[in-house]
Amino acid sequence: MTLNGWIQIALFCAVVLALVKPLGLYMTRVFTGERTLLSPVLGPVERGLYRIAGLDARQEQSWLGYASAFVAFHVFGFLVLYAVLRLQAALPLNPAEQAGVAPDLAFNTAVSFLTNTNWQNYGGESTLSYLSQMLGLTTQNFLSAASGIAVAIALIRGFSRASARTVGSFYVDLTRCTLYVLLPLCVVYALFLVSQGMPQTLGASVEATTLEGAKQTIAVGPVASQVAIKMLGTNGGGFFNANAAHPFENPTALSNLVQMVSIFALGAALTNVFGRMVGDERQGWAILGAMGVLFVAGVAVTYASEASGSSVLNGLGLTGGNLEGKEVRFGIVASALFAVVTTAASCGAVNAMHDSFTALGGMIPLVNMQLGEIIVGGVGAGLYGMLVFVIVAIFVAGLMVGRTPEYLGKKIEAREVKMAMLAILCLPLMMLGLTALATVLPAGLAGPANAGPHGFSEILYAYTSAAANNGSAFGGLTGNTLFYNTTLALGMLVGRFFVIIPALAIAGSLAAKKTVPASAGTFPTHGGLFVGLLVGVILIVGGLTFFPSLALGPVVEHLAGAAGQTFATGG
Amino acid sequence: MLNQLRPVLVLGVALTLITGLAYPLAMTSLAGMIFPAKAAGSLIERNGTVVGSALIGQSFTSDRYFHDRPSATTAPDPADSSKTVPAPYNAANSMGSNLGPTSAALRDRVKEDLATLRAERPGAEIPRAEIPADLVTTSGSGLDPDISPEAALFQVPRVAKARGLTEDQVRALIAAHTDGRLLGILGEARVNVMALNLALDAQTGR
Repeated sequence: MTLNGWIQIALFCAVVLALVKPLGLYMTRVFTGERTLLSPVLGPVERGLYRIAGLDARQEQSWLGYASAFVAFHVFGFLVLYAVLRLQAALPLNPAEQAGVAPDLAFNTAVSFLTNTNWQNYGGESTLSYLSQMLGLTTQNFLSAASGIAVAIALIRGFSRASARTVGSFYVDLTRCTLYVLLPLCVVYALFLVSQGMPQTLGASVEATTLEGAKQTIAVGPVASQVAIKMLGTNGGGFFNANAAHPFENPTALSNLVQMVSIFALGAALTNVFGRMVGDERQGWAILGAMGVLFVAGVAVTYASEASGSSVLNGLGLTGGNLEGKEVRFGIVASALFAVVTTAASCGAVNAMHDSFTALGGMIPLVNMQLGEIIVGGVGAGLYGMLVFVIVAIFVAGLMVGRTPEYLGKKIEAREVKMAMLAILCLPLMMLGLTALATVLPAGLAGPANAGPHGFSEILYAYTSAAANNGSAFGGLTGNTLFYNTTLALGMLVGRFFVIIPALAIAGSLAAKKTVPASAGTFPTHGGLFVGLLVGVILIVGGLTFFPSLALGPVVEHLAGAAGQTFATGG
Repeated sequence: MLNQLRPVLVLGVALTLITGLAYPLAMTSLAGMIFPAKAAGSLIERNGTVVGSALIGQSFTSDRYFHDRPSATTAPDPADSSKTVPAPYNAANSMGSNLGPTSAALRDRVKEDLATLRAERPGAEIPRAEIPADLVTTSGSGLDPDISPEAALFQVPRVAKARGLTEDQVRALIAAHTDGRLLGILGEARVNVMALNLALDAQTGR
């Protein structure tokens, strides 16, 4: 580790923190329906859309109506994306003449983008036409992000309202998020990315004759417009197979910093939106504080581990840390930081190959996802995921002192705790259950590229990433098979809908409750004690659930590597 | 029922067209106007032919050129399309090796590459820690255009001999093509191999 490394990390944190308040203020105005700077331009578009859709923007929905609209919209998105992928050979904008995507891969990819996972069983430049990338993937990057944010806003309304029957209108929240938040930011962002060297063209691949006279086919495409929303919407699905490690998808150190910031920007700002909408910004900062503690701890472990390098390669005389799978322009620190950021949020973009990280360096991304990506998290998903943990933490605190737990003046009762537990339990069920299945079936065991404990880590990482809707991978795993395409898609669907529907149920139940005025016996939820309690609950729940699986994978591998042991495939 | 579905269909179609067509097409034309060279892929032409992209590494094997890092990219096997063969710096199929830290295959590959690099300088005693790690590790994309300044300096004796230049002349070229950290803080110091090799060609002819 170097001083410069820590300065790069501190700079990243400072930029993210500086954006929390301005973005939080702007988004609060957007979701409470106030006028914003962009209203004169976008207002007519928005009202026009509602008119054609036959919507009254003031008409709100119950939590069940909100959830039904959410599900219906996802079904529609799935059908469009699946059709575009299957039919891409017959559709325009396909200069590389890519064939239609196979049924199981199209199913996996459609589910993956719909659920904001963006798992890459497809190969980007080697599988998809430009139209599939734009109309298919870019669209879902926007809509899955916007619907995630919408759910978080509905849950916030659950806390901020009293004796209310509705939690907002899904259609209005979705439309306003897309038009006022995501699109304008992406327009500026995409142009910045092109200025750094990212291609944005509909031209076909370039045929170059290299300096030594060989042929090199260079894939290009409408990259910047997709990468902007890929990062901002914490989607993470790459235009290219190598994702943000590809020099076209992340050309410079500056584009790398901005990409990392944009993964966190909206998720961090949503804690401020939460604070503002419940009428006490300190509540938002407390939640961001708990996220920050977990984040910095993760960065320190991964950075230290990558900087000290792999025991096996160091034994051959290599120094300067683990560079396998990393790009020279980013080096150790920017690669380690990116890995922690992308898994703390549910982004899943990668600027280095996580599969080649050291055992402990690669364990932190895994842990981040297993905890449910509540460290800033996916746009919207991080906040509602964290609020679910807050409910459990408050419940635990209530048990300790023996009084009905309250949060922000709302009594937390049996229904909320049941729903919170449902949301928390579905993740390990998918992550560990499907991993167990894959390790006993021949179709599952055919997947890993590495032998020994690392092969197990590859499987565990895949299902963890799917259920957490992250999308990053230990990429050696051969996932484009009928078995993995199907089981990973199942993990993604459960990981999205079985968290979101309970979260909306909590929203509905809280909104209907009266607000209890704070008294001397109320546990304050904006201070250090609460942050400590919350972090403790997250680590205890996560640790008890996942430690055995980590012991079988990264921990064993670390010990084996330190003893100089290696594992050969096919032996 | 239809009334319930109308907002889903209308907003679904409209937002798909706005975000999936209007936005990327507008960005394509804007980018093409403001940054035409970058939007097209930062291509480099020499004597009217495209020789590559400034951002994408190439495979260099001749002693007369600086070499890039090892690359793990592959291409379909011409004999059997269900298999792949190694194809370093295949810019139509980016990928890393995905070999884990306890992989025997990784250990053997690095060992072999270290031996090759040591053989470049027969007679010279190269300490174990002297060979820069980026010269024996593959990048995440397999298309890394850069090497560390140390990796460039390591190759000086070979290139100078093949080009008939003094080692000082070659070192001066490296210094001129080394990019530091942005603002002294961000990223890592690096040398773009393509730019360096083009400068070599310009100085001594191909």
